[in-house]
Amino acid sequence: MSSTETFAPPAPVDTDGGNITITGLRKRFGNKTVFDGFDAAIPKGRVTSIFGPNGCGKSTLLNIVAGLIPADAGTIDLGRNGTEPRTAYVFQDYRAALFPWRTAYKNIAYPLQIAGYSKTEQADRIDELAKMLGITFDLSAHPYTFSGGQQQLTAVARSLAIQPDILFLDEPFSALDYEMTLSLRDKLQEVFQATGVTMVVVSHDLEEAVYLSDAILLLTKPPTQVASLLEYDAPRPRTLTDVASDEFNRVKAEALRIFQSEVRR
Amino acid sequence: MNPDVARNPTETYVDPDPHVDADGGVHTRSSTALLRDAGGRLAVLVGPVVLFAVWWIAAALDLVSETLLPGPVESTQAVWQAATTGTLVADLQSTIYRMLGALFLATVIGVPIGILLGASKKVYRRFEFIIDFFRSTPVTAIFPMFLLIFGIGDASKVAIAAFAAGLLVLFNVAYGVMSALPTRKMAAKVMGASRLRVLRTVTVYEALPQTFVGLRTGVSLALVVIVVAEMFIGADKGMGYRIINAQQTYNLADMYGSILVAGVLGYSVNALFLKLDNYLVHWAGR
Repeated sequence: MSSTETFAPPAPVDTDGGNITITGLRKRFGNKTVFDGFDAAIPKGRVTSIFGPNGCGKSTLLNIVAGLIPADAGTIDLGRNGTEPRTAYVFQDYRAALFPWRTAYKNIAYPLQIAGYSKTEQADRIDELAKMLGITFDLSAHPYTFSGGQQQLTAVARSLAIQPDILFLDEPFSALDYEMTLSLRDKLQEVFQATGVTMVVVSHDLEEAVYLSDAILLLTKPPTQVASLLEYDAPRPRTLTDVASDEFNRVKAEALRIFQSEVRR
Repeated sequence: MNPDVARNPTETYVDPDPHVDADGGVHTRSSTALLRDAGGRLAVLVGPVVLFAVWWIAAALDLVSETLLPGPVESTQAVWQAATTGTLVADLQSTIYRMLGALFLATVIGVPIGILLGASKKVYRRFEFIIDFFRSTPVTAIFPMFLLIFGIGDASKVAIAAFAAGLLVLFNVAYGVMSALPTRKMAAKVMGASRLRVLRTVTVYEALPQTFVGLRTGVSLALVVIVVAEMFIGADKGMGYRIINAQQTYNLADMYGSILVAGVLGYSVNALFLKLDNYLVHWAGR
């Protein structure tokens, strides 16, 4: 458990999946340089949160690694294991990301249709997903009839449909109320335990980041570097009692200390 | 005045779709709510009743010369007679056929070109001036050109209406495509959708609400253009022909009656497209 502050690229936490490796990343928006020679390693087979000051490019980093937007320079290695890893993405704004003209069922079926699943294979997979995520609402309804939490859960189901190796989540809870956040957080934890999918989560809530994560990637102000990669290895399933534990609070305080020194820098 | 409306002044609007509330939940409605809805629907009739009353009084008191303004009763009688024994049905039919022809052409030409233009802002910029120019040109000013090209038959009437409506459809479709949510297209792309699939499964749907605006305003404009064309470009059938004919032969009861019928046609087409819009684009704005 390393929690010492370091400004060098963190030592990779090597699990069987290796790392997502980012080398020499450069990205500018207009005349604002966000990344200028950014290096980082994100452990695979684990949950990692990205946390940092406003405007440090958390979401930009996620989007570049996920392939949504191009980098100006640098390489992203998703750590192929013979085959190209499958990736999926959960957007912050579920209303904008779901297709409102499709029912929830058809939304989840969308990536399956692209992957060439037959109708019965689609039905089987969606059944599986509904069981895994404990979905009890009616998937034959349109998403706009759902609560925010149900919509984001539908979006999560859609992202998991093709059994991704890496799941990118951009502030998945920020549009949800507290109750929904707690529930979706636990669902994601269950998904992780059931599938072992690598999760990379952009977070703006430290408590949420620590609760969910095995590793917390703390970023500096732009031009952005890795401030530290903290680890939190409480056993899963974690519950709300973990939030009160000494270890949780130690990691959270450490993260907060690094964050504050970065903001003031 | 509907008493329910008077008692509850906050409810004077007519809810376009009272079955679904703001967050999309479907109400189980009480009998009082049903009564209130019925009251709301009846309130729509207040305007027409007042209009007919004023018309009737004006005609009965001879406020306007009787030769110029026959009463509502005579006019509706003329409509009834023309519909049962005369040529009203044939005239109405031929106007509707021309309108449908124009709508068909405007759709099959306007929608694909609108999608192509809207798919790229750069391409749209190149054509923006031309589209805006012809959209702003009074379409009646182009009548003579269409007469030269298509002659004085049905073809030129349908063509010019299709031209006017097509521009509206095209412009609205292009606008709809351009305003498609980037996140939604990105979501499809990140799930592995090809460009063509993104276009087919996302962009087209995103453009649909605006497309319906174009179709609805387009078909209304097509009706206007066709009625004018029927008046002045040699027609032997159609509502425009009927109205101008009745005016020139001083058959004014028939003229007013036919104007009413043309109005009902325009109103119905608009209402039909609104209904279709609500049904097909049920997700819009949610």
